[in-house]
Amino acid sequence: MPVSTTPQGLPIWRRRTTRTQWLQYLAWLAGVSLFLLCWKMISDNTMWVFVEDAGRQGADLISRMTPPEWGYASQLWKPMWDTINIATLGTALGIMMAFPVAFLAARNTTPHPLIRSAALVIIVSSRSINSLIWAMLLVTILGPGVLAGIIAIALRSIGFVGKLLYEAIEEIHPTPVEAISATGASHMQVMSYGVLPQVMPAFAGISVYRWDINIRESTVLGLVGAGGIGLQLNASINTLAWDQVSVIFIMIFATVLVSEWVSAKVRHAII
Amino acid sequence: MLTLSGVDKRYPTGDRALTNIDLTLPKGQVMALIGPSGAGKSTLIRCVNRLVEPTQGSIRLEDTELTKLSGHRLRHTRRSMGMIFQEYALVDRLTVMENVLSGQLGYVGFWRSFLRRYPQEAVVEAFRLLERVGLTHALDKRADALSGGQRQRVGIARALLQSPKLLLVDEPTASLDPKTSRQIMRLIRELCAERELGAIINIHDVALAQQFADRIVGLRTGEIVFDGPPSELTNEILTTIYGEEDWDTTPEPADGADADTETEADETHRRQPRAAREQRPLASVAGGGAR
Repeated sequence: MPVSTTPQGLPIWRRRTTRTQWLQYLAWLAGVSLFLLCWKMISDNTMWVFVEDAGRQGADLISRMTPPEWGYASQLWKPMWDTINIATLGTALGIMMAFPVAFLAARNTTPHPLIRSAALVIIVSSRSINSLIWAMLLVTILGPGVLAGIIAIALRSIGFVGKLLYEAIEEIHPTPVEAISATGASHMQVMSYGVLPQVMPAFAGISVYRWDINIRESTVLGLVGAGGIGLQLNASINTLAWDQVSVIFIMIFATVLVSEWVSAKVRHAII
Repeated sequence: MLTLSGVDKRYPTGDRALTNIDLTLPKGQVMALIGPSGAGKSTLIRCVNRLVEPTQGSIRLEDTELTKLSGHRLRHTRRSMGMIFQEYALVDRLTVMENVLSGQLGYVGFWRSFLRRYPQEAVVEAFRLLERVGLTHALDKRADALSGGQRQRVGIARALLQSPKLLLVDEPTASLDPKTSRQIMRLIRELCAERELGAIINIHDVALAQQFADRIVGLRTGEIVFDGPPSELTNEILTTIYGEEDWDTTPEPADGADADTETEADETHRRQPRAAREQRPLASVAGGGAR
């Protein structure tokens, strides 16, 4: 915020000094150059022969996918139901584990900085691994099936719910907590009266949002053998039965649409 | 009843909030603590119930040394010190009744409080207090649905449900309009008289302090610079507490004569038999409103 004076003695104010202004120009120049460099590298590594062909290939795929083989839908209800169960039970399990972890990870509720670090490690390791990878690991350990899917979804959800919830806990108003402590309440009572009511809307919103995401994620878990509609998808793609694939796509689309609607309703009701 | 001797508070940043505070509060006395922002008023009352840890010195409530307590015994002692806050510090998403009952948290176990199964006597007392502060009609409302004055009354009821011996009151009127401020101060004053509670009230409004307190203590940069009855609070003393200012032109909420009659009316009111007063719990508040 440089201030200088004109020869006439009037004060001049500018937002940046000349130096910071030039630094900003330089930063923009570096950013744009990097973007162009990346663009060129991607272009060099692409086989443009295939890309030129893309329109025809796409049209071909669509023609194989239509009309959808509607009769196949009757075999899909059971795997679809499995998928929804994986998502719902996995979310419930994940929330149950994430809830205490979030309280241990929040700066204002953690009993000790060391415990906080441990809780943060749990959250980060859960978040850094995609649920598809969790499922691959668990299928190796537990064998293929719905159980591996449920646990994969739960493990991935701990990090997501835990992180958002502990951020919500750190943002609460401190004065009600102070007031509850001043009544002589125990540590647990301070949590349940001072903290919990304040984070309840966030907690409910986060949980429903994660359930909504999990419905989408659980549709692909079958690709690695963790149960649900992904198994059928994998089978149909392997046998080049594209008219069946399109039926599966439509069902997944419809389910996700319904889950979006449900979660929007629930969130609206809570907040 | 409450004795502070040689209390020091230095924050980790190096700021000295309190220096060698010696203060004795007899039973049933209402003491106003005045002083400029940052003088250490809030720190002082928070040192008493240990929301802030004093660095040095001793604080005794009756026979208990407060500075040495920890864990269970600290919580046990906090029950006898009710606290009332500037921004009310209610839990917004809980109902008025839940907020009032949270004053009992020091007396009931975790699961009883979590399931909201409070002892019958506590519930009866909560109803009585809500009636006393004039909020029976609102007991099922959420705390954030109330107006400022109503919220402060919930805060007062919560503090009293602790059956305290002492009230620690932090700027009770700073967020309220002048009329509500007087009503709230009068209510606190009356409740202290009814229950023989000692009170330390931090307050910015010198006129209110003079009108409602038995004793005024002036704090400046963490040191006591005045301690005496409201009548001794002269312009020179205000200058020692707050710094140079033309005190006579400060607009006061009521002119001299009016304030006198007010105090007199208030005195007569307080001298009425207790039963008569309880029959019309908010008569005085309504009276204050009509004025």
